[in-house]
Amino acid sequence: MVRPNWLARGAVALLAFVLLILAIALAVTIGEMSIPLATVFKALGNGLFDLDYPVSAIQQGVIFDYRLSRAVVAALCGGALALSGAILQALLRNPLAEPYILGISAGASTGAVAVMILGFGGAALSISGGAFLGAIAALVIVAVLAAGSGGATDRVILAGVAGSQLFNAATATIVTTLASAEQARGVMFWLLGNFGGVRWPDVWLATPVAFAGFAVCIFHTKALDAFAFGADAAAALGVAVPRVRIVLFVTTAVMTATMVSIVGTIGFVGLVIPHAARFLTGPAHARLLPACLIIGAIFMILADILSRTLVPQQILPIGVVTALFGAPAFAFILYRARRPA
Amino acid sequence: MTLAARDVRWSAGGRMIVDGVTLHAKPGKILGLIGPNGSGKSSLLRLLCRLRKVASGVVTLDDCEIGTLPRHELARRLAFVEQQATTEIQLSVCDVVRLGRTPHRGALASWTTTDEDAVEAALARVDMADRHDQFWHTLSGGERQRVHIARALAQMPSELILDEPTNHLDIQHQLSILTLIRRLGITCIMALHDLNLASLFCDEIAVLHEGKLVDAGTPETVMTEPLIQHVFGVAVSIRRAASGRRHIEYLIEPF
Repeated sequence: MVRPNWLARGAVALLAFVLLILAIALAVTIGEMSIPLATVFKALGNGLFDLDYPVSAIQQGVIFDYRLSRAVVAALCGGALALSGAILQALLRNPLAEPYILGISAGASTGAVAVMILGFGGAALSISGGAFLGAIAALVIVAVLAAGSGGATDRVILAGVAGSQLFNAATATIVTTLASAEQARGVMFWLLGNFGGVRWPDVWLATPVAFAGFAVCIFHTKALDAFAFGADAAAALGVAVPRVRIVLFVTTAVMTATMVSIVGTIGFVGLVIPHAARFLTGPAHARLLPACLIIGAIFMILADILSRTLVPQQILPIGVVTALFGAPAFAFILYRARRPA
Repeated sequence: MTLAARDVRWSAGGRMIVDGVTLHAKPGKILGLIGPNGSGKSSLLRLLCRLRKVASGVVTLDDCEIGTLPRHELARRLAFVEQQATTEIQLSVCDVVRLGRTPHRGALASWTTTDEDAVEAALARVDMADRHDQFWHTLSGGERQRVHIARALAQMPSELILDEPTNHLDIQHQLSILTLIRRLGITCIMALHDLNLASLFCDEIAVLHEGKLVDAGTPETVMTEPLIQHVFGVAVSIRRAASGRRHIEYLIEPF
């Protein structure tokens, strides 16, 4: 118990990695177009290692450019959201904290809607770009509000609520007054999250953000543990509370804003995966954060598979699937881990 | 000279909470801070361990201004026990005590035998070694306070600051916590509400009233009838108890 058991840790890490690869393999194999497993491997070989198997261009495209990039982004997105949720729950000492608590999803939706319906930014700004700018704008407003009210954790949460409401109202105003029925439907789909448009360039954006964010968070695990008894207790343990807070708020915000701008606002993952992971690893962040990353990634990949296959000829919004299947699963975990009041 | 404050001031919301306090702790002794509610005890303690920044004046640790020390270095010297600090997180006793090793560990350092020894020794000193794996939320108030003190001891401090460590405890646990603190043998500054307990357990007493230091010295010199009448607004009769310490009896009007 004293000495870290490197063998056990290595085994757990390996197992997690294998599960993640299996989930990605599943995501690549399962889909509307049924493709033989052998063809899947050939297509992957062609795409990853520049091999030269004969695979039809359509199958190659579906496997490599469509399903694999989608699965990788789903993994990065799920991991980053779960990680952000765990960090915010620790910093704000609130089990209901989640990545969107600081107004990021509301700001992103306003930004996306501004581009989609108002044509904001002209051709220079994509929906993703608009969502990212909106998210950052909301975050800045919430940060100013929070700092102006003293910066205590409850004030930060209230500032987030105020910011979210403001941007949600702005989104609703734009949609109800200016959008056609078809645009409104498009907005609703965007708001519930969508991996449909994901391609390799999104992977190249999401990968460095998720991994850099993870590195920053791992560097702060001991400081996060020290927040268990509040900010004063952490400061008395030698944690530079204002610096740690700012670094981690900004890190989670950039991760969340990036993911939201790529795939829209996918709920549930950032709130519930950290709790589920905590039942497995305990509260120490050195274990909890890697667990969140992996479990969030696997959960999101599986949710995406369901969203593509559950209703034939149709794609369910990913946010619907995460909540529809995640909520009962979480209820089960809660029930199993209940403790006497 | 260990921890000292010189002409320290701090205000909040336009009100002066700590108003020009000068005091110092003696090595290995217990300095008790007494005063009515709102007299600035908690705020002064927070200034002493740099949880709040002084508006003017200086706090020094071995003649070094604490504002200039890196936070983790300060936390290796100085530990703070808040009153009634609790958590919703499902931590075990040893998880909590392990937090005390935070200032001694690098950001990516793994857990060492030195850390483990410090945790075990701290738990033994507060008589909680057998409760190692018990969950925090199952502990009583007195046990929680012991664990907090163990966490502070795991920091290996030379000075310990405690904010009303006996608050909300029954008399048996109040006495046992204070006896425990007495036996630690490290420099302590603690705020206390109960005048008799302060007189029983403190080597020195400093009296705060409306943010100002009214008097400081041994309990025998400080605890006088006029001073308590002036600061707390109650009539008392003070006599020498069997222990040699001062005993304060509250005089109330007949019902």
